[in-house]
Amino acid sequence: MSTVDIDIHSTTDAHDHHDDHHHTENFFTKYVFSLDHKTIARQYLITGLIWAFIGGSLSGIFRLQLGFPDADLSFLKPILGDWIDASGKMDTEFYLAAVTMHGTIMVFFVLTAGLSGTFSNFLIPLQIGARDMASGFMNMLSYWFFFLASVIMFISLFLETGPASGGWVVYPPLSALPQAMSGSGAGMTMWLVSMTFFIVSQLLGGINYIATVINLRTDGMSFAKMPLTIWAFFLTAVLGLLSFPVLLSAALLLVFDRSFGTSFYLSEIYIGGEALPNVGGSPILYQHLFWFLGHPEVYIVLLPALGITSEIVATNSRKPIFGYRAMIGSMLGIAFLSFIVWAHHMFVSGLNPFLGSVFMFLTLIIAIPSAVKAFNYITTLWRGNIIFTPAMLFSIGLVSLFISGGVTGIVLGNAAIDIQLHDTYFVVAHFHLVMGSASFFGMMAGTYHWFPKMFGRMMNDKLGYVHFWATFVGVYLVFFPMHFIGIAGFPRRYYSFTNFDAFSTFADLNSFISIAAIVTLTAQLIFAFNFFYSIFKGKLASANPWRGTTLEWTTPRLPGHGNWPGAIPKVYRWPYDYSKPGAKEDFIPQNVPFSETPESNLEMEKELAKLEKGESGEIKEVD
Amino acid sequence: MTSVLLIVGAVLLLVILALIYRIFTLVGIAKGNSKKKVSFSNQVNAIMFPIAFFVGFGSLFWYSGIAQKYFLPEAASEHGAEIDFLFWLTMAIIGFAFFATHVLLFWFPFKYQYKETRAAYYYPHNDKLEIVWTIIPAIVMTLLVISGYVVWSDITSPAPQEAVNIEIMGKQFNWEVRYGGSDKVLGRHDYKKIDGTNSMGIDFRDPNSIDDFIARDIHLPKGQPVLLNIRSRDVIHSVFMPHFRLKMDAVPGMPTKFWFTPTKSTAEMRQLLSQDPAWQEVDPETGEPRYKNFNYELACTEVCGGSHFAMKKVIVVDEPADFDKWYKEQESWASKNKDYLSSIGINNLDLAISED
Repeated sequence: MSTVDIDIHSTTDAHDHHDDHHHTENFFTKYVFSLDHKTIARQYLITGLIWAFIGGSLSGIFRLQLGFPDADLSFLKPILGDWIDASGKMDTEFYLAAVTMHGTIMVFFVLTAGLSGTFSNFLIPLQIGARDMASGFMNMLSYWFFFLASVIMFISLFLETGPASGGWVVYPPLSALPQAMSGSGAGMTMWLVSMTFFIVSQLLGGINYIATVINLRTDGMSFAKMPLTIWAFFLTAVLGLLSFPVLLSAALLLVFDRSFGTSFYLSEIYIGGEALPNVGGSPILYQHLFWFLGHPEVYIVLLPALGITSEIVATNSRKPIFGYRAMIGSMLGIAFLSFIVWAHHMFVSGLNPFLGSVFMFLTLIIAIPSAVKAFNYITTLWRGNIIFTPAMLFSIGLVSLFISGGVTGIVLGNAAIDIQLHDTYFVVAHFHLVMGSASFFGMMAGTYHWFPKMFGRMMNDKLGYVHFWATFVGVYLVFFPMHFIGIAGFPRRYYSFTNFDAFSTFADLNSFISIAAIVTLTAQLIFAFNFFYSIFKGKLASANPWRGTTLEWTTPRLPGHGNWPGAIPKVYRWPYDYSKPGAKEDFIPQNVPFSETPESNLEMEKELAKLEKGESGEIKEVD
Repeated sequence: MTSVLLIVGAVLLLVILALIYRIFTLVGIAKGNSKKKVSFSNQVNAIMFPIAFFVGFGSLFWYSGIAQKYFLPEAASEHGAEIDFLFWLTMAIIGFAFFATHVLLFWFPFKYQYKETRAAYYYPHNDKLEIVWTIIPAIVMTLLVISGYVVWSDITSPAPQEAVNIEIMGKQFNWEVRYGGSDKVLGRHDYKKIDGTNSMGIDFRDPNSIDDFIARDIHLPKGQPVLLNIRSRDVIHSVFMPHFRLKMDAVPGMPTKFWFTPTKSTAEMRQLLSQDPAWQEVDPETGEPRYKNFNYELACTEVCGGSHFAMKKVIVVDEPADFDKWYKEQESWASKNKDYLSSIGINNLDLAISED
């Protein structure tokens, strides 16, 4: 990498203050406490991937219990210690701890930080044509708060009383009372501390993304010319900025209830042989506050994945994304609606039935913009000239998962039907497909697609193909059968089903799911190998290996500090001029003026070309 | 020793992967792939989509047939039948949408795979199409919202006056069930009165409490409305009666309600299930066909601690006459726990009732 810096150094003599940094840069400022958005993105990505492996392994552990309830799990003793008892059975509270930490890690640390943290950081400045984020220092703080949150959450895994265990939603009173379960002791305290730092990190990052997109767009990059990735990251940041503080307040009140004797969430409780003095609180209040974040959170992890997919599907179909404005409109619609549907998680919580009907109505509306997005993706593929890069495969896979997981949301969003299906495996199937897997596929697609720009080398595509098909088939084998189990009424977060006659069936299907899950998880090692090996040994990438139109591909193979060695490119056209009739190549980058492409200009663009000629003098001066 | 073997295995695996990686790269270079826009893999990936489609949907249909027999039997409550109808109606609609979109999504990649001779069609937008596929889902959603609203308001409407009142209290880790006794009125409760004996915290200063009884199983009368008064004494639990399509959280400090009408007695459900091959299987534990020992069950569906998965209560639906008989036979909790009552200063139960 150092060679690249030298390269930039020599080509930017004429250029501004960025050079000053190079002289003082050492290992720590370059790789650890870096202010460079690309390094911070790489830090987010690698931390997110490490978390993904931890979160995935946890699911492997509890799937062993679910798939093989009679098995002797003594072989896990070296890792899990006393959580496996003398007869080789898993502790029931540890099972819940594993479920809880799997959820927390995957939702927050992998799909929020790992996905949006990585790609917002990496792509916002590169795609809008900025030298860096609005505040590099805040950006660095954002990562290191996330790192601190990670360390605390990681340590909590090793507590003797176990990490937080009340489900990733940590509903009080269960999470408020250490008497209720051992994980609600020190583990829960660390969960709250870690999440507080995590929220701080998200806010620092989010403010930065928003400020950067609004203020630092290059000349000509109007909102109507922004790639859909940027639209997605921008809206995601807005969602996070508005909803994460509410989670912080929920967590803070919980801290008060746990440590300072307040009664925000506690009322009329008799536990551990004594009646608690708390009266007048409401556990439902916590649920409202939690889901006010919790539901936008679904879109915080999903929107970036959808944005990434829009970009990749267009690039590899060699076609403009179909319905660019409809795509933006539907994202705006989804983002707005995501704030007013939270109570569909609470239909059977004792909520006023009238509110239930209102939230059912609002929830089902979300299906409309989501459907529009799916149709637009499919139409983009229609009459394309499709190149299957691993990123493209993951993007098509994402669309499939988005649909298959999304349609069941229509079932669950219906309050009447939700009475039966709430907290069953049907819900587990639904959100693992639409939010978990779809977003994970977006993260993989983004990693394969922008790896060349991140590390200057190519990942191996054959291994990528194997990885995709194994994961795609695997994900369906794991999560699709859960619909059947859910229709049969199986509740989620159950350690075993043998106590109930109603749930005594499907033992073989549960074993099947577990095997599929473990095989799919193992297949991720192909990716891990491909990723880390390619960083060092991958084939050298060209500057624009996918022949893309957006600005990041106009940077050198490995963009240095400041991203462009010379002046920042100016933007003239929208980002989806693929296979434009008459054009010499099947793509025209955003920084190519209309005056240079008379052969492919549309009527209106001919006018623009004339206007550009008037300006061209100015451009020369800048150069 | 095992750990050494594991490490050696892991190292070998890495070496093998590295070799595969090198071979892939070298073969690619030898074939000159780096110069072409796509390699043969493009065709392989393209054909994989239709294959995945046929295998995927084939196994989906095949397995649906098998899975069906393990689904819950038909609903045993009035509103349950409506929920089931709505559910399967919605499933049909989304099943169609899922299938139709996937036909296209898995066909287009194959059909429009890269060919050097063809150029992609520059087709940035079509407002008519956008409007069409905004309006169609909007209409479908409207219909679903309306039908859902009708059923939901019906289910959540106030319980009829004559409904049998039952109190269900969740605690770590079981359920307790209380009936109003001969006056059919549930006495007050107070969480501060809970102790080792009076586990539900019944307040016996309320005369209505004296004749209340606590039942081992939940008994319900067939064909009569039943109102569940649901509460919890420690953490959140959730009352789930899958056969009745019924669920409602039990929240400490906030009583909740759910009313419904059971439509099939336990005996009738056993009779119904005896027709079902999956229930005719002999249970190895009892040596009898499974349907003979069928029981309605109550489960917890809100995670509540280590034994969340074990919070079970058996529900028995009786013919109305049998229910009345059973109801009369139950002894009040107070009469079974006279020591407790005298410890709180109530010595004569009859007197306690007439006091008010």
